[in-house]
Amino acid sequence: MSVTYIDAIREAQETLLREDPRVFLYGQDIAAFGGAFKATKGLAEMFPDRVLDAPISEDAMAGLAIGAALQGMRPIIEMQFADFSSIAFNQIVNHAATHFYRTGMPVPITVRLPSGGTAGSGPFHSQSMEAIYAHYPGVVVVTPATVADAYSMLIESVNLDDPVIFCEHKFLYRWLKAKSFQGDGLPIGKARITRMGRHATVVTYSAMVHEAVRAAERLQKESGWEIEVVDLRSVKPLDIDTVLASVARTGRLLALGEAFPWGGVTAEVVSRVVADGFHLLEAPPMRLNSRDTPVPYHPKLWAAHRPTPESICDSLRKLLSY
Amino acid sequence: MTDHTSITSQRTGADYVRAMYCAMIQARMLENKLSSLYKAGKIVGGVYLGKGQEAVSAALGSALIPGRDIFAPLIRDQAGRTAFGEPFIDCARAYLGSVLGPMRGRDGNIHRGRPREGMLAMISHLGSAVSVVAGSLLAKRLQGHLPGTVGATCVGDGATSTGAFHEGLNLAAVEKLPLVVIVANNQFAYSTPTSRQYACEDLVDRAKGYGVTGHSVDGTDFLACAGVIGNAVSLARAGGGPQLVVARLLRLSGHGEHDDGSYVPDSVKAGIYGRDCIDVAEQQLLEFQIMSAEEIAAIRETAAVEVQAAVAQAQQEPVPDPYLEDWRAFSSELSQPQS
Repeated sequence: MSVTYIDAIREAQETLLREDPRVFLYGQDIAAFGGAFKATKGLAEMFPDRVLDAPISEDAMAGLAIGAALQGMRPIIEMQFADFSSIAFNQIVNHAATHFYRTGMPVPITVRLPSGGTAGSGPFHSQSMEAIYAHYPGVVVVTPATVADAYSMLIESVNLDDPVIFCEHKFLYRWLKAKSFQGDGLPIGKARITRMGRHATVVTYSAMVHEAVRAAERLQKESGWEIEVVDLRSVKPLDIDTVLASVARTGRLLALGEAFPWGGVTAEVVSRVVADGFHLLEAPPMRLNSRDTPVPYHPKLWAAHRPTPESICDSLRKLLSY
Repeated sequence: MTDHTSITSQRTGADYVRAMYCAMIQARMLENKLSSLYKAGKIVGGVYLGKGQEAVSAALGSALIPGRDIFAPLIRDQAGRTAFGEPFIDCARAYLGSVLGPMRGRDGNIHRGRPREGMLAMISHLGSAVSVVAGSLLAKRLQGHLPGTVGATCVGDGATSTGAFHEGLNLAAVEKLPLVVIVANNQFAYSTPTSRQYACEDLVDRAKGYGVTGHSVDGTDFLACAGVIGNAVSLARAGGGPQLVVARLLRLSGHGEHDDGSYVPDSVKAGIYGRDCIDVAEQQLLEFQIMSAEEIAAIRETAAVEVQAAVAQAQQEPVPDPYLEDWRAFSSELSQPQS
């Protein structure tokens, strides 16, 4: 018996709806249809007043969530794909994110973004938006990589008083399995050492945690290198203490992400490690991201656009040979 | 906003138009003062006036019930804010940068509100409040508090061109929410005339397309505003779904006090919508014997004193101190709030 990453997201929402009358779900095709990815399957039958279909209006969906949150509710809105949240960008970063600082009244909304690439999804159903939202003050951005984190961090997100962008990776939805939803109980804002190592640190998040672990296992088998993998879990707040402690042990850093290479989370990690831990480094820190093009449609192009265990191993070999 | 908490039902008749007139005069006097302070260099940032739009704004604000209804005022709604119970000191503090105001110097001028009391703090992105008010009403529906409640917001002709306006009004119509949207069609969005803003004959024709009730009114006609806007609020309150009111008028100032509005042709200023709704209000109040000349004079006198007092108080208050500011954008105790 096993549960998947998407089961965790569905189960967390059921738990929230059952235990907290302030919670409601709003999104396109999420009620009777159960959502494009079935993350809300069966929930509308159980909670017919609180699982509502939205028109194709991402701006108004986010605005509605903000207004409801100001009246004491805890809305979860599902963007059908993270890519479409660009339409809601104004409401999220200008309305929700500024509200606590401006007025002293927080806006507890959770925006679920089905994120990241899958084979054949193309430029508009594959994006990773975490860095764009994290850039703005007042937004929490979480990027769970495990089944247990998907479950516990969604519940924690809804219980936070601040707006949360919940980046759930579509590639992990059905592929990633676990025995249960129970995890180690780490809170949002704390990174996890997913794999211990001595020779280099890979700092990553979301689906790339699993690619990094594959690369680490391969290098260990091939050459005996012991690679440490740090899962950031949330990109904002960014747990730079755990990252620096790891770099202090290994002396080498590869910041890995699936998002586009200009700026972003990997650049933030490298700049902070260089600024705060230059003396810890035995080699120039490296970054590995997707290529600087839109996410391509064909699986052969897509597989070469995003980091893979092969390209991660190549980067690590360069890092280790410096 | 304690002055108005005794109101438990929507004002009607003479009470309603008296409340409207008081708010209009108070707003005009407050804004005249702000204009003077701006010209004297005493204001932090810009000043944006609702001159010429007071009848529309006050007709909405006076029909709402503070403590029950939701109101999202926009840039030219001083009269509606005052009618909804916002004290003058909030306005004075926001414009003068007092740290004691509701925005504590973190935001200013018309970007102020008391969201805990149902008056939202606008952002500058036009049309964005429509869906936020709709969401507040949806929350009240889920909480079982919706019957008898109204949510309202105001936009200008320019905001009707935004996607946010369209998405928000459509969503409110789908959910059949008691939302009143007032379009103050003042013929110019900053300097852009309506001929460059939309191509339909009349913005109210869009109501049918959204499946909402549409209303038109001459926004300079005090009693017509009371009748049409008061009725729209009543219809929404009674379960009639969203109401779209298009008021035709003319902005009797620049976009802000930095703008002399010289792009408005003299022929437009001389036209019917160039008249001052406050002059119209006083004529109508006297003609229909709703108020006497003495009452009107007394309201003006009291408003002048109260405006003076609020501004004097705010001018003596401390401005924000960057060394005492907590610089926190998060409410939660996250492990690394600064990151």
